[in-house]
Amino acid sequence: MEEKTILERLRKEFPAGVRETLTSLGDEVAVIDKGALLPVVTFLRDGPGEFTMLLDLTCVDYPGQEPRFEMVYHLFSLSRNRRLRIKTRLGESDLRIASLTSLWKNANWLEREVYDLFGVHFEGHPDLRRLFMYDGFEGYPLRKDYPLRRRQPLIRLKE
Amino acid sequence: MPTRIQKQARQDTMLLNMGPSHPAMHGTIRVMLELDGERILNSEVEVGYLHRGFEKTCEHRTYFSLLPYTDRLNYVSPLINNLGYVMTIEKMLGVEVPERAQYIRVLMSELSRISDHLTCLAAMAMECGAFTVFLYKMKAREFLWDVIEQTTGARMTTSYIRIGGVRADLHPDFDAVLKKAVEETRLVLKDVHGLLDKNKIFLNRTRDVAVMSREDAVAFGWTGPCLRSTGVSYDVRKAQPYLVYDRLNWDVPLGERGDNFDRYLVRMKEMEQSLRIIEQAAARIPESSRGFIAEGMAPAQAIKESRRQRVRKDIALSPNLEGSEEARYPDILASDKGFVVPPKEETYTSIEGLINHFKFFMRGHGIRPPKGDVYFAVEGGNGELGFYIVSDGTDRPYRLHLRAPCFHIVSSLEQLIRGRYVADVIPTFGSMNMIGGELDR
Amino acid sequence: MTEEKKKRPPAGPFITTQFNTLLGWARKFSLFHYPFVTACCGMEYMSAACAHFDIDRFGAGWTRFSPRQSDMLLVVGTITQKEAPVLRTVYDQMTEPKWVIAFGTCAVSGGIYDNYAVVQGIDQIIPVDVYIPGCPPRPETVLDGLLKLQEKIQHQDHDWRWKKKRS
Repeated sequence: MEEKTILERLRKEFPAGVRETLTSLGDEVAVIDKGALLPVVTFLRDGPGEFTMLLDLTCVDYPGQEPRFEMVYHLFSLSRNRRLRIKTRLGESDLRIASLTSLWKNANWLEREVYDLFGVHFEGHPDLRRLFMYDGFEGYPLRKDYPLRRRQPLIRLKE
Repeated sequence: MPTRIQKQARQDTMLLNMGPSHPAMHGTIRVMLELDGERILNSEVEVGYLHRGFEKTCEHRTYFSLLPYTDRLNYVSPLINNLGYVMTIEKMLGVEVPERAQYIRVLMSELSRISDHLTCLAAMAMECGAFTVFLYKMKAREFLWDVIEQTTGARMTTSYIRIGGVRADLHPDFDAVLKKAVEETRLVLKDVHGLLDKNKIFLNRTRDVAVMSREDAVAFGWTGPCLRSTGVSYDVRKAQPYLVYDRLNWDVPLGERGDNFDRYLVRMKEMEQSLRIIEQAAARIPESSRGFIAEGMAPAQAIKESRRQRVRKDIALSPNLEGSEEARYPDILASDKGFVVPPKEETYTSIEGLINHFKFFMRGHGIRPPKGDVYFAVEGGNGELGFYIVSDGTDRPYRLHLRAPCFHIVSSLEQLIRGRYVADVIPTFGSMNMIGGELDR
Repeated sequence: MTEEKKKRPPAGPFITTQFNTLLGWARKFSLFHYPFVTACCGMEYMSAACAHFDIDRFGAGWTRFSPRQSDMLLVVGTITQKEAPVLRTVYDQMTEPKWVIAFGTCAVSGGIYDNYAVVQGIDQIIPVDVYIPGCPPRPETVLDGLLKLQEKIQHQDHDWRWKKKRS
């Protein structure tokens, strides 16, 4: 019942920002507007939920849908032993979302990874560079329209 | 190309490059240090040298055939990676796993966990100059791998834990080999405690070096032994028990200071707890409902005979060549035909079996979890190993994302070594247990 | 040559051999190796190097982490596009004579990673002498590969210092 109250409180606290809350396969999910991300997660971290840990942050690409990208955040509350998933959608024309680096330190690398592989820009990130791929790599490999085998060698390779 | 640190560096400091091919950077990672004498003013960690496109490749593989890729994530404890992935899919499908298979999974993941910790500490100790410890620990790891190899057929990349259960039943000699491995590991742990715990050189390089506070550890998303070394008691096996961990009796060792030495000690103690789990699980594992079949019909003969009539004898075809495969299925694999590979003797000798086989492997058929997304985590060697899978109802994952525990831990390296000496980089990095396959994916 | 000299057996205990063979024999048992460890195969490399399998029995126990001191490059694991220039640099820094072993399927051909990030075999970057298959290869396979390389070294035309360089 704990989770119900958290999701309910979230809805009550942000009636405009939280679009829906649901339970999928036992995981609690809140779908929010991208503008409400920072206040919502700040509330979750410092509020009654005590979601003090940012477990994971990733992105899913849905080409053909609008908005195209979906950011997925996994929060974890050590004191209540609960996970919570926050989802928000980003359109291709405006690939920007608030950075969480001010709240969690590991957001730095996690956001760099998403920037590297999906091309999402994080506003307020102190050092937004590619993490895995190298300078000079064109495109964003984890987008669905990037072919699996398009290679961009750094040095000339023999055949 | 100038990196951030090259641009920001002061005029009077020295830049030092470590890696990506460096003896202490086991795996591939590059650390650029800005030094004032021996002291590190700033550093920049660059990863991605082992980015193998795991997540993208998995989108192009079926749920069944991407299992070998998970072996190669954290290659020191492949079985736990198998387990994490498989249990995520099972959560989506709602599969019930037989109890014996659950015990086998616990046994295998704890064996992997010990080998993971052994390798981490072996490398860490070797880099601090304790080569003996390295050799001892590798010796223990070989004994553990013997146990794994005997049952799974491979030393490292086993792909043994399958959706719905495990690939094969335990080897008949499992208990004896396990007993020897546990004994040997205990001896090695005792030796290592004796060699390192009060070793002045080791203590000087690890005690109060790279101290992580609780708050920072949580803010960095640390999990696993590294988080527990700071005193936070969070273990996925205790917090959200899966398999049969809640039926076994074991403790979560905690550290106090969160320095390198605590990370070493927590891992050492955790191995002892893992041995406890292994012993209990081995004692409580439900008996196989069917004994081992010494002999059976050779596959070729069975196929020949099946052309005339239904084969009624056992066929010696199981992966560990111990006898019929089908007879074992109820003990080790879920009963639902849709999620497990049909037994080979059926495939070879009956038309229904052949159809089942093709339906399982044909493009667009096979395992198709319902639409939706799921997150599931197990306790990996480095901490919470989570899989986030988005399914669109087809036989391939739409998106598969790994929550790699050491990603979060390595991201704090810059903060930990700031203001320390160059020599402190080595034990600090060693105690983090960076695993390239998991970090860069 | 006089008749007398032909008949007489050699005086004193010595053996005759070609200088090339002698050099090959000496070199094959004193391989200092540089482990270019990147991935999973590193675990099996560690096993092969440690007590159970002990690569030292075959004269390749000495690990050198400086390319300038080593003459056998073990490329252990997946080489990604980002890593490729590093591998080329390490190879270029090694002094002659030098040999390369591609350790594991990823180094041999890219293995199961046929995608945007991985180089499909290190022979696209540097020349390779021995390919060891396996994902990862068992330590026994590694030792077998080492023996193959030793055989190759033994029968190689060695380029010694005072030999005239062909222009």
